[in-house]
Amino acid sequence: MAEYSIDTQGLLCPMPVIRAQDKVEELQPGDRLEVLSSDPGAMNDIPAWCRINGHTVLEKVQQGREVRILIEVGEG
Amino acid sequence: MSQVRKAAVLVSGGLDSMLAVRVLQEQGVHVEGINFYTGFCVEGHTHAIRKKDQKKDKRNNALWVAEQLGIKLHIVDIVEEYKNVLINPKHGYGANMNPCLDCKIFMVKKAVEWMEKKGFDFIATGEVVGQRPMSQRKDTMPVVSNESGANDLLLRPLCAKNLPPTLPEREGWVDRETLYDFSGRTRKPQMALAKEFGFEDYATPAGGCCFLTDESYSVKLVDLWKARGSRDYEMDDIMLLKVGRHLRPRENFKMIISREEGENNFLQGYKNRYITMRVSDHPGPLVLIDGVANEEELALAGRILARFGKGKRAEEVTVEITPPGEEGYEIQVAPMPPSQIEQNWYI
Ligand code: SF4
Repeated sequence: MAEYSIDTQGLLCPMPVIRAQDKVEELQPGDRLEVLSSDPGAMNDIPAWCRINGHTVLEKVQQGREVRILIEVGEG
Repeated sequence: MSQVRKAAVLVSGGLDSMLAVRVLQEQGVHVEGINFYTGFCVEGHTHAIRKKDQKKDKRNNALWVAEQLGIKLHIVDIVEEYKNVLINPKHGYGANMNPCLDCKIFMVKKAVEWMEKKGFDFIATGEVVGQRPMSQRKDTMPVVSNESGANDLLLRPLCAKNLPPTLPEREGWVDRETLYDFSGRTRKPQMALAKEFGFEDYATPAGGCCFLTDESYSVKLVDLWKARGSRDYEMDDIMLLKVGRHLRPRENFKMIISREEGENNFLQGYKNRYITMRVSDHPGPLVLIDGVANEEELALAGRILARFGKGKRAEEVTVEITPPGEEGYEIQVAPMPPSQIEQNWYI
């Protein structure tokens, strides 16, 4: 298991979702990816994308306009 | 047991693609969705800019649809490549700056690439013959199939019976008899089928899936190209065209004036790239200056800006001008009387 992080601050939805998706493509099941975003829309969109594609959201925090979401990559 | 065939369906978030997916699922086809992001999509971000819109559900419809249907969704960023589609559309524009036919061809072509990479068997869309004046006409549907390179691997389940049989039909991957023969602009058959499938809460975009079908948006885009002397754009440009009131009092610059708090906050995010201005001794909007303006022109912009704030009846107001990445400075101006604000400044 490895841990990764991407910073999508300054990008508006759905770009944070696209960035997360493209990173997850490179990862192995069990890996973890932290996504940072400044678009509160990511609070809905990234978890929805994870549910659809079989990944798990381990943490989801919003502080002001800053969003941090921790994903565990699923079997795919 | 026969092999399960795999279809990549273009999912926009609207009802038609949702129905197309379900029709294929009913036939035992494995479906995954592809959604393209051009930068002009009505989806996403812009919902959240205006304060009144923030109360609404900010869901991304394509993701929501995929979840309802139980399919995977792949969102593809085509922002850069789309520029060429919009700037030089071989088949021209629709009623506004929407290059729908070239856009469809391009998206299907990208879907073909994706299909080949992922080992899928065919592509499907929710298109209906005669539904849209440009891209969904009887004579343009084959154009999409041919020019995209999809040829007879492109199936339109909602109107397949009005079109020649495609490979998936001829090979029996799907049963042509259970597909549909919708045509024309009416939405009734779609709504009836939605009911049959038990879909209740779906998005119904009126004009199309993107801002390019919007007249006032298109006018702003053309104005931008004209002012710059080139038909190009960056992501910031296309975002800013969605926000605020746009006034061009001089050819060399325009003002983007926020209309409410949400837009104010959004425009704040561009402080490092544009000159911003606001009236500092009265409440009022924030303005972004796009283009180049000298001191005299900034004073003019200040006078116009003052007209849109609470200090509009004051004899004089203080305007703070902040160049990108610098400290702001103040000037005194008299708010411009409404009669001097020319109608043709509004874009
Ligand atoms: S409305 Fe916009 S996204 Fe939809 S086909 Fe036309 S140009 Fe493409």
